[in-house]
Amino acid sequence: MELNELYQDIILDHYKHPHNFGEGNPLCTDVELENPVCGDHIKLMLYVDEKDIVQEVKFTGSGCAISVASASMMTEEIKGKHVAEAGKIIEEVLETMRGEKEPGILEDYGDLVALKGVIKFPVRVKCATLAWHAVKDALEKRKKDS
Amino acid sequence: MKNKISYDTLDKDTSDSRFLLNIDKIRLDFPILKETFPTSAGQEIPLVYLDNAATTQKPRQVIETIRHYYEHDNANVHRAIHKLSERATVAYENSRKKVAEFINAPSARQVIFTRGTTEAINLVAHGWGRKFIRAGDEIILSEMEHHSNLIPWQILAREKNARLRFIPFSKSNGTLQIANLEQLLSERTRLIAVTHMSNVFGTINPVRGIIQKARERGIPVLLDAAQAVPHLPTDVQELDCDFLAFSGHKMCGPTGIGVLYVKEKFLEEMDPYQGGGEMISAVWLDKATWNEPPHKFEAGTPNIAGAIGLGAAIDYLTSIGMEKITRYEQKLTTYALSKMQKIEDMRIYGMAPFRGGVISFYLGDIHPHDMAQFLDSEGIAIRAGHHCAQPVMRKLGVPATARASFYFYNTYQEVDKLMESFLKAREFFGYGT
Repeated sequence: MELNELYQDIILDHYKHPHNFGEGNPLCTDVELENPVCGDHIKLMLYVDEKDIVQEVKFTGSGCAISVASASMMTEEIKGKHVAEAGKIIEEVLETMRGEKEPGILEDYGDLVALKGVIKFPVRVKCATLAWHAVKDALEKRKKDS
Repeated sequence: MKNKISYDTLDKDTSDSRFLLNIDKIRLDFPILKETFPTSAGQEIPLVYLDNAATTQKPRQVIETIRHYYEHDNANVHRAIHKLSERATVAYENSRKKVAEFINAPSARQVIFTRGTTEAINLVAHGWGRKFIRAGDEIILSEMEHHSNLIPWQILAREKNARLRFIPFSKSNGTLQIANLEQLLSERTRLIAVTHMSNVFGTINPVRGIIQKARERGIPVLLDAAQAVPHLPTDVQELDCDFLAFSGHKMCGPTGIGVLYVKEKFLEEMDPYQGGGEMISAVWLDKATWNEPPHKFEAGTPNIAGAIGLGAAIDYLTSIGMEKITRYEQKLTTYALSKMQKIEDMRIYGMAPFRGGVISFYLGDIHPHDMAQFLDSEGIAIRAGHHCAQPVMRKLGVPATARASFYFYNTYQEVDKLMESFLKAREFFGYGT
């Protein structure tokens, strides 16, 4: 297994220059998650408008290259989508990372294809899925609150 | 036999030829050290194993002993009247004697076999703690404990409404702020349980001073010696500790076997840890009497092969010499530290004057998991994470650290390779370029 499969250029780019990194607006639903094994920590902030469109999704925290890059790519993917579609993508990514779906699916999702490499490094899957679990929780939390 | 080396005052001059080890010859004893990993370029890169604080590799002498036991002597111990059972029992009890001699315990009955350090500490928390700790009592630990010497006491404290108090450590160099011990001690202090050597900082704690203070007040002391016994000559009589716990797998032995040394006076007053076979003397339907120590604390069929393997590991370590092992590791660690300190933006957690070969670090902003993954691609095995010491990480303000840890079979060349790989990692993650 090659290191470059895991740390593809897309991953390293997102890691060094994460998108949507920073605090969200005060109306956001916040979720904080930790990966106790590595001590990674993410605060996810999600704002969905009255038409159920994800208007804003931002994150802060600390983590390894895989977890930061995955969070950055997640925000790019989810932003601007209807919550139903966002939910579907999140499930699909999580299922793929768990090995329940063909990795090929990720090819339909732009940068997310870079996560294919992570599946071959089972101990790193948790790093890659942290942000996805966080956004999933945020969507559910918002649903409950509204 | 006793190794009269005072590891609190180890001098750094190790040029004395009496302490030279023939590392090339030693490495031939460890089959796994010949492992290589293929790269996509069709090369084979050698294993550089630097995760010895997690577990150590096994010499063929240990592997062979375990194999021989299963091929020739396998039977249950202390049970049947047949030749195999007799052989198994003799081998098992011989290992106990070897352990006793290795740590200079006054008698073999003070050596209780457990699954490891964790079970050994739990045994004390259950067998002694539950019987003697009452509401309002206090147990002193340190802030740098491994979870295995923290959680058992948390559980006990919650159950008994007792209080845990902590000797703090200094963030700047990872040493215990031992001056605080005086004010932590009170009329209610019932036990002090501290690590002999930190699995995060490598700090060798001033346990003699702690024990002396405890003695003056009649407080028993438990030492978590999981990182100490494998690397330092250990003499429980000289230390004068009441309990000492360690694991076989961190000292060339198999996993699943560990030791609790108990001072004689606690052997009788301590309750059994688990009930079952072997630990009883006479049993009725409604009551039972306990077997003699140490068997009273070893319910069920023990890890016979594990204990015998640990005996072989002790033979192996003794044949090299614990004093030599300590000196060599000191030298290797000093070498590694001096190299690492020259690397820009290298943060080392733990710069105690008396320390073992455990080095926690963080290079620039490269997350420890990324560092470990990169080093793995270079064939180098290190640990990344919280090292089962989450409160330590929290106090340091880091999510995790990377950790390289040595044993006597590691070489200067391996340290050099680690340093080269640090620079490569920096380049790979686009840091410092």
